[in-house]
Amino acid sequence: MKYVDEYRDGATAQQLARAIARITTREHTLMEVCGGQTHAIVKYGIDQLLPGQIRLIHGPGCPVCVTPIAVIDKALEIAARPEVIFCSFGDMLRVPGSRQDLLGVKADGGDVRMVYSPMDAVRIAQDNPQREVVFLAVGFETTAPANAMAVHQASALGLGNFSMLVSHVLVPPAIESILGAPDNRVQGFLAAGHVCAVMGYWEYAPIVERHRVPIVVTGFEPVDILQGVYLCVTQLEQGRAELENQYTRAVSEAGNSQAQTLIRTIFRTVPQHWRGIGEIASSGLGLAPEYAGFDAEQRFGAVGRSSGEEGECISGEIMQGRKRPGDCPTFGSRCTPEHPLGAPMVSSEGACAAYYRYRGTEVNDPETASP
Amino acid sequence: MSDTSANNLPVCPLPLDDHPCVLLAHGGGGRLMHRLLDELILPALGAESAGAHDAAVLEATEGRLAFTTDSFVVNPLFFPGGNIGHLAVHGTVNDLAMSGAIAKQLSVGLILEEGLPLADLWRILCSMREAGAAAGIRFVTGDTKVVDRGKGDGLFVNTSGLGVIADGVDIRPGRVQPGDTVIVSGDLGRHGMAIMASRERLSFETPIRSDSADLGTAVQTLLRAGIDVHCLRDLTRGGLASALHEIAVATRVGIRIEQARLPVAETVAGACEMLGLDPLYVACEGRFVTFVPAAQSDQALDVLHGHAVAEQATRIGEVIDTPRPPVTMTSSIGARRVIDMLSGEQLPRIC
Repeated sequence: MKYVDEYRDGATAQQLARAIARITTREHTLMEVCGGQTHAIVKYGIDQLLPGQIRLIHGPGCPVCVTPIAVIDKALEIAARPEVIFCSFGDMLRVPGSRQDLLGVKADGGDVRMVYSPMDAVRIAQDNPQREVVFLAVGFETTAPANAMAVHQASALGLGNFSMLVSHVLVPPAIESILGAPDNRVQGFLAAGHVCAVMGYWEYAPIVERHRVPIVVTGFEPVDILQGVYLCVTQLEQGRAELENQYTRAVSEAGNSQAQTLIRTIFRTVPQHWRGIGEIASSGLGLAPEYAGFDAEQRFGAVGRSSGEEGECISGEIMQGRKRPGDCPTFGSRCTPEHPLGAPMVSSEGACAAYYRYRGTEVNDPETASP
Repeated sequence: MSDTSANNLPVCPLPLDDHPCVLLAHGGGGRLMHRLLDELILPALGAESAGAHDAAVLEATEGRLAFTTDSFVVNPLFFPGGNIGHLAVHGTVNDLAMSGAIAKQLSVGLILEEGLPLADLWRILCSMREAGAAAGIRFVTGDTKVVDRGKGDGLFVNTSGLGVIADGVDIRPGRVQPGDTVIVSGDLGRHGMAIMASRERLSFETPIRSDSADLGTAVQTLLRAGIDVHCLRDLTRGGLASALHEIAVATRVGIRIEQARLPVAETVAGACEMLGLDPLYVACEGRFVTFVPAAQSDQALDVLHGHAVAEQATRIGEVIDTPRPPVTMTSSIGARRVIDMLSGEQLPRIC
């Protein structure tokens, strides 16, 4: 597969790993922001190739993990209504709310459907004019353009039976929040390449300035990630703090201006609650007032009397890199992909799911664990 | 025997304009049911009526019998490379083959949904006959039920099969031992991705066709060549990863495989990338993994390469005596990771 195989090449990866080892003279803590990068690191064992002085900690970039429990509870209540066809990406179906998950609602008779695109939900609304079709719109800047396009289309089609339950999050405010924490240990970031493919990377320049921290826009394949680490470590070793772009084959500084225009048209920046982390100012997207008619929260009134209780899951500490999945006493025992206590064990971008799947329950096994 | 059409399939003999679809009355035990059986189901399958008997009567055989059952609920019923009829025969014949048995007789249970086009039923049963003839089995007993529209998704099929195991053949997980070579018989993930592509209406430059196939002949040739086959497992639901995991845990050995050696077709790999699936976990319907003594692995590969269903057979790893973690894989960049059992459902209703 062109553009994939060459970035998974073993010889290139090992050459890069040796280059990183050569330039590393002291300890560095780097954070990969995106859950897709976390999965690639654990799946391919990229951290096993790095020198022991380099610690990779996993960032908050798992959209499923940061969706507040109150939003899940709202989704569960709306999905259980007989007039509703509730559409969602697959990962969200198994995220536990206060009482159950969307698959549980489906088993109880709710019409819950997994879709690959929000445009599928728009089509379902067209095909079922007598039903209310609700799409659970979660994600970072990567899914925002498609979700915005769905609202744009529904509006153009005059669909009165389509709405969205929106819980959108933005990366730059989350990075600022991590850097602003008194106990922050992150010295350099691998920024999420796909977010930057949409948004460009101009937004990160002020963060680099303000916090004197290297940020390297990085892709998702093993060779991408090792190159990102190499660039980041080079900066730290040389005492530089700059914005660099490793993922040039997909990302430009300006990003995709059409997608950005669409996002600005349909959405507004809002304060957003991050599950396990708390509220971060201006870190979310909500529907703009002109499109409020497509807001499921408005359409269905006050729903989801959520307890908001997190239970035993330490997702906040996992997603801010303070703890590793193996540090959680329930990891692999009472919390498994079959019986998740929290979202990081569910999502295909969740750190706990990555460790469980690719390292097994013996995360401290020296043969397969990170250094 | 019925007339034969241009492509050698018998032509559906029922006057389709009369009742073009399955009616509830087709399961009612009356005249309509008997016509369905005598004029459509039995001729399509090439089977004979048991007369007024309630059971098939078979001659007792010497030696050991293998017996297995499987139900098929695939959606859609027709997909690139086959239909539910092929799966229903290959699935059960292959389960028998994995114990080293030669499949002999199959039963066929049909649950028809009211409204299923009889022409579709005919095509599916003809596929069963073709697949059955190729595998050398006879359909000896069966059952038909009809359920209301909306309660059955067209057609569900159950097949049970009897097979005979030759003297001296002993194939089971317990015989897997450290030092064994692990061989897969062909490329991974075709069936699951063919179903997924047709369900999601994804099109590729080269369409992905299901690998549904009878594996019995390839297995018997291995045995006749004198290969001491320790264990066989067909790679159906859960794919290669789940098959290896089950065997490693059951036998308390470790299995090490190498990612770079896994055969995956370019189109299947591409489709998996797009849909976020791992070919290690995607089902096949015409592939198996086998464990053979390392000293016989070259010979086993030579034998397998002589069969169309196994011409891409390849060595993917070895068995070691460290049982934890049960299965590990050396990734393409040279690091090792655990291969876990599949969690939840990756692709529902693919067989």
